[in-house]
Amino acid sequence: MANQHPAEQSVSACASNQPIIQVSHLTREVDTGEIRLTILQDINFQVDAGESIAVVGASGSGKSTLLGLLAGLDVPTRGTVFLDGTDIFKLDEDERAGLRGRLLGFMFQSFQLLPSLTALENVMLPLELSGADNTYAHDIAQSWLVRVGLEKRIRHYPRQLSGGEQQRVAIARAFVTHPKMLFADEPTGNLDAATGAQIIDLMFTINREQGTTLVLVTHDEKLSARCSRVIKLVAGRAAD
Amino acid sequence: MNMIRLSLRLLLRDWRAGELHILTLALIIAVSSVATVSFFSDRVQKALVLESNQLLGGDLLVTSDAPLSPGYAEHARKIGLRTTRLIKFPSMISVDDKNLLTSIKAISRGYPLRGELKLVDPPTEGGAVQHTRIAEGIPKPGTAWVDEKVMMALNVTLGDRIEVGATELTVMSVVKSEPDHTVGFVSMNPRLLMNEKDLPATRLIQPGSRINYQLLVAGEDGQVAEFRRWISERLSPGERAEGIQDARPEIRSALDRAGKFLSLAALASVVVAAAAMALAIRRFIQRHLDGCAVMRCLGATESTLLCLYSLYFVMLGSIASLLGCVFAVLAQEFLSYWLQQLLGIVLPLPSVLPFVQGILTGMLLLLGFALPPLLNLRQVPALRVIRRDLDLANLHSLAGYGFGLVMLSILFVWKAGSFNLGVMIMLGFLLAVILFGLFGLLLIRLFLLTRPQGSGPWSYGLANIRRRAIPSLVQATALGLGFMALLTLTLTRGDLMEDWHARLPENAPNRFLVNVQPDQQEKLMKFFDEHAIPRPKIFPMVRGRLLKINDRPVNLDDFPDPRAKQLINREFNLSWMDTLQPDNEIVAGRWWQGKTASSDHELSMEAGFAETLGLKMNDHLTFYAGGKEFSATITSLRTVDWDTFHVNFFAVVRPGALDGYPASYITSFYLPPDKLPIMQELIHLFPNFLVIDVASVIERVQSMIEQVTRAIEFVFLFTLLAGFAVMYAAIASTQDERIYEAAIFRTLGARKQQLIRAWAVEFAVLGALAGFFSAAGASILGYLIGKYALHISYSPSPWIGVTGVLVSVIGVTVIGLLGTRATLSLPPLLVLRK
Repeated sequence: MANQHPAEQSVSACASNQPIIQVSHLTREVDTGEIRLTILQDINFQVDAGESIAVVGASGSGKSTLLGLLAGLDVPTRGTVFLDGTDIFKLDEDERAGLRGRLLGFMFQSFQLLPSLTALENVMLPLELSGADNTYAHDIAQSWLVRVGLEKRIRHYPRQLSGGEQQRVAIARAFVTHPKMLFADEPTGNLDAATGAQIIDLMFTINREQGTTLVLVTHDEKLSARCSRVIKLVAGRAAD
Repeated sequence: MNMIRLSLRLLLRDWRAGELHILTLALIIAVSSVATVSFFSDRVQKALVLESNQLLGGDLLVTSDAPLSPGYAEHARKIGLRTTRLIKFPSMISVDDKNLLTSIKAISRGYPLRGELKLVDPPTEGGAVQHTRIAEGIPKPGTAWVDEKVMMALNVTLGDRIEVGATELTVMSVVKSEPDHTVGFVSMNPRLLMNEKDLPATRLIQPGSRINYQLLVAGEDGQVAEFRRWISERLSPGERAEGIQDARPEIRSALDRAGKFLSLAALASVVVAAAAMALAIRRFIQRHLDGCAVMRCLGATESTLLCLYSLYFVMLGSIASLLGCVFAVLAQEFLSYWLQQLLGIVLPLPSVLPFVQGILTGMLLLLGFALPPLLNLRQVPALRVIRRDLDLANLHSLAGYGFGLVMLSILFVWKAGSFNLGVMIMLGFLLAVILFGLFGLLLIRLFLLTRPQGSGPWSYGLANIRRRAIPSLVQATALGLGFMALLTLTLTRGDLMEDWHARLPENAPNRFLVNVQPDQQEKLMKFFDEHAIPRPKIFPMVRGRLLKINDRPVNLDDFPDPRAKQLINREFNLSWMDTLQPDNEIVAGRWWQGKTASSDHELSMEAGFAETLGLKMNDHLTFYAGGKEFSATITSLRTVDWDTFHVNFFAVVRPGALDGYPASYITSFYLPPDKLPIMQELIHLFPNFLVIDVASVIERVQSMIEQVTRAIEFVFLFTLLAGFAVMYAAIASTQDERIYEAAIFRTLGARKQQLIRAWAVEFAVLGALAGFFSAAGASILGYLIGKYALHISYSPSPWIGVTGVLVSVIGVTVIGLLGTRATLSLPPLLVLRK
């Protein structure tokens, strides 16, 4: 779909529903001492609840920066991001962290499991950080690990798991808090094609079941085709 | 949210996953080495004080010229101290028509409270071997114990009766030595010990008699200190309370130095521990960076992370410190037991202070080095989960280590027991860190510039250092500091031992001859020649009373300090000499040159003495000596090493100034034990001489120093061992990167041997750098400590540099390779997966 002004288009398309993600004039510049690099320039779009969008682009096009900004892991030079109605850059860093804990789930290319925690403990961690009761956290985490097919690997450490298994743990960890949005950064980047496909299937399945809004950063065309919408970045600008 | 539980869970999980083993090990070794050294030093120091208190006969001596209030002894007993009373006075004793001026000591039950009263068989004509035994109790009423001088002078044997004042006492034993005999040189007369109960019968205690009343107390340290505080608020003029350290300067300085050295040993162990801690924590933080970033993504706030990890470290610190202290208790118990078996030295029980110190040391070290990176850790950009290239340089910023250094300096001041020493060492180390850092950076920059040719282990090893410039620098600096601490201790120990032996050599003077008349000098020297005793230096002495200070008559009321009063009341011994004695040092003004006296006489005053009397440079003093007045101006102040047992004077004038005043001479010499009989001949030849025998004092001091030396060697060795153990933990804590790279190299086809050689080069260079740092630093620090803290001469040795570098190179290489070798047998993939 061709959208020079995606924001406007989305607003008109979903006027009745408030979008769960609303990005306006998002710009990120970096000072490298002498020159000012623009990594993202004037990005505008909206995502409705339950939608799945893919952010694609070549290496260095600003995909990861966009994801970081959407999740409030970084702050923009200009522009706003509303997540579930909240202007996240009006919050301070701690409030953003709290918001992440409530609303967001993450999957990363390098899995980012804590090496000193078992699979179960990795999944329990978000619940524990939100102050959940230990037994509750344990039971929920365990059921999620069963759900992603790792019932036999619960007590294993990340280093004892294969890449595919690690990413399954990451899926369980991402969904254990029932987030409204799942941000996935090249989730298959470190996996072989077959394993990657399994992981993606699992992710999309659970995503559908949970009605989660998915923002997927990838450079895999096939993968992006499975999303309802694609935002293509070229040198920091939204193309197409 | 239940932070404590979550934090405990994180801790347990990290522990189970093996993340904490090295950090915990480093902490436990650090705490146990610090605490063991403290425990042991504490006990050794207590033992030394106890040993030295024998020279006093008790732990504290209260003395006065008037009867002491019975309330003193009552209070002492009330708080649990043992007490005994002594009354000392000089008096004539006689047998038939022979009289002898004697020092009489009336003692009561319990004497002596510390040390032993030794008796000996009576002297025989043939000089048969005399058996010494320890006295049980004190003379029974009606009897007296006398020393050999009395036996000889009055020609009495055991069972004879001696007139003491209005009563007669039966001589029952011969006294060989009294523990308190050695305090002060006043006790030079022949001696008689009697029971206090006989005193009234002698009728010698009369108004105006020169009587010294003494109360000795002994007991636990705390009680003695409490009593000391209590009594010092109540002492009337003329009453004094003194411990051994007040009474004997040589013991005080020996104890002082021993104490300082032991503190230094403890400090060295703290430095080594801190170095290890800095490295181990660096590793911990690196391994937890990603975890923190992830937790931030999962919704953890900065304060949550800070709180979680603070609790985490407090718990870790408490547990590890407690374990370290428990080990320390066991280790020092083992050390003491060993010492007892080996040398027969029984140490008193330690106090709990080292335990508390150990725990606090552990906490301060851990938090000091962990908190700053922790404060940064919570600011880890969560973006790091997506972008691995984010700059984390500030996590290892100098400011971070700065906080650790502040904690360290608190420990330093505390451990050194002296603010100056602590601050000095702290500044030394701080300067060392900066210099090491700068110099290391320079060297590494140079490495960066010169790209080595070829592909041998050298170029790989150097390339490794280049690639890990900052970590290498941190490691070399930390290791350098650790080694520097140990090396400084080695240097200082050597100097201290040398100094002690130099101070009290085998042939230190053990006899003083006083009252040598001018015309007897030549004859005395001939006497020495005849008996093959080297001619000692002989000093003139004019006795004079201080009349005026700056032309104002001296008034006793102007001197509130009882010690000053006492000094003013006494006659001064004025001497003259043209050159400064070697154990004297001018601290103000200048020593005179040449022999001609100017019209205004110059006087050199001992600095401590001048301070007590409130005398300053250029004060004009007038003495009354030999029936006329004598004036001189203070033109220099000197410090005197009183512990050398050489003849020394408070007041010295330029030669010629005292011409025409009646002078006698004084000298000291070493009498070898096998020449003991010549003393009788000497007394016979020169009946007017006063002979002061300090052999037993010297023996005591020497044996004490011997014990101090052994104890110090012991603590030193232990500190070294503990130091190397901590270093091992430190090097082991920096192996991750190497292990990881090795896996990559091996994947790329590098052979084990190639890697080992490259590492050997890397470790050797690191070791050399650390060794160089430590040798340079230790030489300077050793000099400073010797000069300003221990007041001993520093003997620089070029070997220390060579040894330091060699030990460091070999140590770091061996330990480093031991730590990395094992991982070479692991399949690379396993390592890469980690």
